[in-house]
Amino acid sequence: MYVAVKGGERAIAAAHQLLAEARRGKTEVPELTLAQIEEQLALAVDRVMTEGSVYDRELAARAIKQARGDLIEAIFLLRAYRTTLPRLAVSLPIDTGAASLKRRISATFKDLPGGQLLGPTFDYTHRLIDFGLTADGGSVTPSPPSAPEPSEAMPRVSGLLGEEGLIEPNPAGEAEPGDLTREPLEFPADRALRLQNLARGDEGFLLALGYSTQRGYARNHPFAGEIRIGEVEVEIMPAELGFPVVIGEITVSECEMVNQFKGSATAPPQFTRGYGLAFGECERKAIAMALVDRALRAKELGEEVIAPAQDQEFVLSQSDNVEASGFVQHLKLPHYVDFQAELNLIRRLRTRATEADAAE
Amino acid sequence: MNDLSLTDVAATPYETPLLRVSGLCKNFGAVVACRNVSFALWPGEVLGVVGESGSGKTTLLNCVSARLQPDAGRIEFQLRDGRVAELFEMSEPARRMLMRTDWGIVHQNPRDGLRLGVSAGANVGERLMAVGARHYGEIRGNAADWLRKVEIEVARIDDPPRTFSGGMQQRLQIARNLVSRPRLVLMDEPTGGLDVSVQARLLDLLRGLCSELGLAAIVVTHDLGVARLLAHRLTVMRRGEIVESGLTDQVLDDPQHPYTQLLVASILQ
Amino acid sequence: MSEGEEQTAGGYNFAYLDEQTKRMIRRAILKAVAIPGYQVPFASREMPLPFGWGTGGIQVTASIIGPNDRLKVIDQGADDTTNAVSIRQFFAKTAGVATTDRTSHASIVQTRHRIPETPLREDQIIVYQVPIPEPMRWLEQREAETRRMHALADYGPMYVRLYEDIAQFGRVTTAYDYPVMVNGRYLMRPSPIPKFDNPKMNMSAALQLFGAGREKRIYAVPPYTSVKSLDFTDHPFTIERWDNSCAICGANDSFLDEVITDDRGSRLFVCSDTDYCRQRRAVKAAE
Repeated sequence: MYVAVKGGERAIAAAHQLLAEARRGKTEVPELTLAQIEEQLALAVDRVMTEGSVYDRELAARAIKQARGDLIEAIFLLRAYRTTLPRLAVSLPIDTGAASLKRRISATFKDLPGGQLLGPTFDYTHRLIDFGLTADGGSVTPSPPSAPEPSEAMPRVSGLLGEEGLIEPNPAGEAEPGDLTREPLEFPADRALRLQNLARGDEGFLLALGYSTQRGYARNHPFAGEIRIGEVEVEIMPAELGFPVVIGEITVSECEMVNQFKGSATAPPQFTRGYGLAFGECERKAIAMALVDRALRAKELGEEVIAPAQDQEFVLSQSDNVEASGFVQHLKLPHYVDFQAELNLIRRLRTRATEADAAE
Repeated sequence: MNDLSLTDVAATPYETPLLRVSGLCKNFGAVVACRNVSFALWPGEVLGVVGESGSGKTTLLNCVSARLQPDAGRIEFQLRDGRVAELFEMSEPARRMLMRTDWGIVHQNPRDGLRLGVSAGANVGERLMAVGARHYGEIRGNAADWLRKVEIEVARIDDPPRTFSGGMQQRLQIARNLVSRPRLVLMDEPTGGLDVSVQARLLDLLRGLCSELGLAAIVVTHDLGVARLLAHRLTVMRRGEIVESGLTDQVLDDPQHPYTQLLVASILQ
Repeated sequence: MSEGEEQTAGGYNFAYLDEQTKRMIRRAILKAVAIPGYQVPFASREMPLPFGWGTGGIQVTASIIGPNDRLKVIDQGADDTTNAVSIRQFFAKTAGVATTDRTSHASIVQTRHRIPETPLREDQIIVYQVPIPEPMRWLEQREAETRRMHALADYGPMYVRLYEDIAQFGRVTTAYDYPVMVNGRYLMRPSPIPKFDNPKMNMSAALQLFGAGREKRIYAVPPYTSVKSLDFTDHPFTIERWDNSCAICGANDSFLDEVITDDRGSRLFVCSDTDYCRQRRAVKAAE
């Protein structure tokens, strides 16, 4: 006699047990420490912080460890944790112009005040797997290059172009930008909200969309005006004090794109802008974000919307990998009742069809 | 409709034109598409708007059909109850309701005015369903009637317009608009892109329907032959302005403005 | 089920969400109740369960649940499907509330894809988990446009879809998540419940709340509100019927799951609502 399936709770408990074992792996192998993840998988930590929307390296390292290295899973952990955090204050806007830079390059000028500071980049490496370097114990601590302290100021490229009036001024936004995490997004969304959405959006998705603009799906002639990576101070201005207080420093990557120029009947042509910002050294993310930001400004710049990267609703509704992952994977949940309804329907339709055939 | 902006309440419907456009202006950046365009349209009257491409006639139509907001000027329409309302002073719900019932828009490319993936019957029935028709049989019956009226085989009622010829699609578009018995129909090059013989058949149909249903219509066309066949009156546009207007036969047989003379002389007889 | 414990999991607020968030969600719920069937945007939070797995329902439940409530969680009509278990454990851990699998004993029922067979009462609230809140999403992808369509009650395209179904198949081919008109004004998606369950929503004594976490919408049907499934007057809405009855309890008025019992394709039909089935069996056994 058929007995209904039971034991869901025990199955889940057992699955969690298996997960814990798989996470640990072979016990002869030393356990990963949080410090190792933070130090030696720093770029993974940076990505998790950026898309998890929380700047806390140790927390991100924990999430990566708990998620067995699955970064989207780790991002999810960080976001869920973020939900529990009370909002204590809103910082003043960070000043990337005052950052102590470890990297600063521009593709628009061969040389510029402050020079091209390469920093620790993969850019010029040959992508050959280095078996020596990657062997256990193979990391030789190299002596850092002795470079003179950069004494020259590093003015922004966009500022230099702006002095000549060659680039549009930074578009004015609302005095108080909205907060994507406190209010649901409504369309059309202004630039501040769009940028917030992109900053925490999936790097792969933005990379593909940015790439698509370069391949002709709404090309906007981008040039990397400036890419900066460095530490900025985070300040808050408590009402009781009336002056700003530094509460810490964070590393950010910033990309300012110089794009297709525009003129009008009344104004001479100027270059237009795209902007990208991410935590840590997420440079690729910042660049992709700048491409997509510029594409999404199509309407405001009087451009025809012809491609997905320009389509606000398409981009912003689908950029969040926590949402995407949840919904895509929800297909694993039981759907047997709705499937049953479909089975009933299809059987009924097929009966009708075969009866109709038989009648002919 | 209480949220309409009202001007004069007409004493009788025939003292006020059905549609009055005054001083319409529309620019695209530095380009002046319409400059100070004014005309009136009376119930049951077909007005032709002719001119070459770039004359501003399509922009005019887009403004009158509320797809574009003019930079200046007024567009006043007389509602069924006799009140006059300005198109852009109306609330959006009121305007949309107007678009769906009292007005029709026939696009040059039928693809722009049809749901290609949905059956002919559904295309025609949509306006009815949008205003509350809930009896499938009646909706379908109505749709079949209109297919007959526009000379489409009723057997094709369940076929999607994607499978129709250009002329058939255009006739379907007409049916889709007329099913709600609009008092004003706007047409943008209704026979554009069709074979000459197909055009002729369509024009005959349009002429018959306009007269049978007492439709007022604005027909935008570059084809003077179409204008002559359909329109009672004609306005000629050039570079955004009306240069001449009058009864169709008068304008075409005895053009006064040099540009009109040029236009008329240039068609092959 | 588990006895309610009074403690909460390490340092989290009662039912996980902080009070500000609960207040925000309750405001959205109040607005939703005031405008039956209208989708109220809300600032959905990331929860420890993934989007698409019931976070909307969870946030609604978390905002209305109190220490004296008794919670039932079902998925596909059953209490012990894996996700129902997971959600129930979440509330047991973060709220310490009593839980139950008896519909008649619950004050709050959170559900995915079914309405319990046992009719609900005025002192009960049912919370539905919603994947896609917008009934016209497949006709019009743009949110900006669908919002306008709702504002203008521009539901013609929905009827066009129904017309097409009837023209092509002789019947409407939507079997679940069947669109409804609420209070004669707003078009609503009831969530992927089989159309079999739609009539239960009409004039229900219980408050019905709908949460879509990923899409960030909350909507509601207050008690004793009309909920009509869309149809044509000459093609009225009908629900499914089975040729079988439940192999366990004999019911012929409940939604039946088809179970394949051997590799030769033998089939059995059993009640999807496990509580209903169990109660009926208990009654039969007592006779």
